[in-house]
Amino acid sequence: MEYKEMTYKDAVNLAMTEEMRKDENVILFGEDVGLYGGAFGVSVGMFEEFGPERVKDTPISEAVIAGCAAGAAVTGLRPIAEIMFMDFTTIAMDALVNQAAKMRYMFGGKAQVPMVLRTPGGSGTGAAAQHSQSLEAWFCHVPGLKVVVPGTPADAKGLLKAAIRDNNPVVFVEQKTLYKEKGEVPMDDEFVIPLGKGEIKREGSDVTVISYGRMLPRVLEAADDLKKEGISVEVVDPRTLVPLDKEMIIDSVKKTGKLILVNEACKTGGFLGEISAMVSESEAFDYLDAPIVRLAGLDVPVPYNPELEAAIVPSVDQIRQAIVDVVTNKR
Amino acid sequence: MAEMNKETLIEMYKRMNHARFFEEKVSWFFARGMIHGTTHLSVGQEASAVAACMALNDDDLITSTHRGHSQVIGKGIDLNKMMAELLGKITGYCKGKGGSMHIADLSVGNLGANGVVGGGHSLACGAALTQQYQDTGKIVLCFFGDGASNEGSFHEALNLASVWKLPVIFYCENNLYGMSVPQSASMNIKDVAVRADSYGIPGHTIDGNNAIEVFNKIKEVAAYVREGNGPVLVESKTYRWLGHSKSDAQAYRTKEEVESWKEKDPINYLYNYMVTNDMAEKEELDELKKTCKQDIEDAVAFANVSDNPPLSSVTEDVYA
Ligand SMILES: Cc1ncc(C[n+]2csc(CCOP(=O)(O)OP(=O)(O)O)c2C)c(N)n1
Ligand SMILES: [Mg+2]
Repeated sequence: MEYKEMTYKDAVNLAMTEEMRKDENVILFGEDVGLYGGAFGVSVGMFEEFGPERVKDTPISEAVIAGCAAGAAVTGLRPIAEIMFMDFTTIAMDALVNQAAKMRYMFGGKAQVPMVLRTPGGSGTGAAAQHSQSLEAWFCHVPGLKVVVPGTPADAKGLLKAAIRDNNPVVFVEQKTLYKEKGEVPMDDEFVIPLGKGEIKREGSDVTVISYGRMLPRVLEAADDLKKEGISVEVVDPRTLVPLDKEMIIDSVKKTGKLILVNEACKTGGFLGEISAMVSESEAFDYLDAPIVRLAGLDVPVPYNPELEAAIVPSVDQIRQAIVDVVTNKR
Repeated sequence: MAEMNKETLIEMYKRMNHARFFEEKVSWFFARGMIHGTTHLSVGQEASAVAACMALNDDDLITSTHRGHSQVIGKGIDLNKMMAELLGKITGYCKGKGGSMHIADLSVGNLGANGVVGGGHSLACGAALTQQYQDTGKIVLCFFGDGASNEGSFHEALNLASVWKLPVIFYCENNLYGMSVPQSASMNIKDVAVRADSYGIPGHTIDGNNAIEVFNKIKEVAAYVREGNGPVLVESKTYRWLGHSKSDAQAYRTKEEVESWKEKDPINYLYNYMVTNDMAEKEELDELKKTCKQDIEDAVAFANVSDNPPLSSVTEDVYA
């Protein structure tokens, strides 16, 4: 396969562009996604290629962005809707939670809602409490929605293509602070990563660390450091939270007997608790020789001051320390 | 309530200059990477924001927006604490936790800038309900942009306020764009004020770069609202000279358009008005401008010697 080095942002752009070239029912709309190219520049060049019929600026109206996507999807289009910051998906909740997620089931399987709602989450940009949240767990709680959080450029491309081709509403959570990160991305336009398929990012035997999104590069850095010290860390990235690759997680825990979970979102009510409970209920429970450890964001709104902002999410040092503690039975 | 006299106009001129110099300084900090995050500057919109606030009573309330520096300076603010907040210091209005988009000072009726476009519409209704219920005689001025008037919250808030006769002035600062999208592409009308009709409330469109017109109109509608007649929608046409936020190549508008609006500088307008009408000498105003500039330097000095918030503060103030 041919690979090209590109940013996470460009990989998202490429996935949309390839799918729009293949299927004229795929369209993109959202605030400033047209000429401006999106608040984070993700759709740069797409307006020029596809024109205003297929790359549409909307008014500042999140409720109708999501609802219009649902309505278009149920009648035959495959819309991609962008919500500029994940925080503003809260304004789009009725359309997503009560409408898009439920139509198929409520109508006895007669409808399908093939839409993607793309939105960037996460802190680290100095934008404070209303522009920095990681709300993925909210969507995971709603049957009917699929939830994807890619952590690398290649995953961003392959997963977004799968999301666009999926016949269900998919919330595709991009990571602001990863947008400029580079990686090798397959150029094959049939490179599609099935939703629900995780990936072992590093093979290891002493401990399993599960992470996704912005925290993934930090976990990998910690794992690579510790390898030099003789600690073998298995890093598992579920990539999609719903559906979740339970088998991959259970198999890894059975192999290592130790489990650490890392994400940026607030700990309370977060998705790590779900993974932890799933493992505890599974056959992997008997293989655990240490309590499961969660490293998550503090349960506080995101503060503005850069030092405070950095302090609320797990750092590479904290991740490294947690791994050492678990492996040496200090926890 | 402030009268339209020399004293008021001098204070207005001062606050408008404070706003201008404050933002020029903030822009300077950003260009050097000395402030974290992003900011939305209101250079060019000073009359629209400052004169509107000054036509209120000191104890009236406002809800501010992401583009709120001129608004909160217009309401009356401690520049030191404001600059300290932008620099993330413990001495800032929000102890360094809010930044530019969340400047709030409840003690002077400033219910806070808002990072959520349209977030203020419904809060203003609630704040007005308190005034109505407790019969305080105070009113609320709700700032928002042309773009914000396309949020669902706009409709819900104006409708509620109209049937409950809440004492709110819905004040739209129409700077012709919502980020990169021109008004013509986001609504099928020329004047946001015509939306008032659908709520059965008065709507007015004014020249937001003319501080005198803004002051007089807000004073007039404030009296109407205060008498219990229900809300009013006022649209103030203005223009932001700078980009939407820190990063904006501004491909959606022409340099000529920007230049033509710079000729309608609201600060110069007020200066000329006062001089022509023998309300102030040029020297007096020039001297005042210098003082304003110095006030901002002093605010920077205050912020610079202030401490960062301690790490332990990160878990404080989540709950009351
Ligand atoms: C609910 C919500 N949607 C989108 C944004 C991103 N955003 C911030 S300011 C802005 C434009 C607002 O336009 P307008 O209301 O006209 O105010 P202006 O910026 O022109 O002062 C946008 C889209 C936001 N902060 N909140
Ligand atoms: Mg605007």
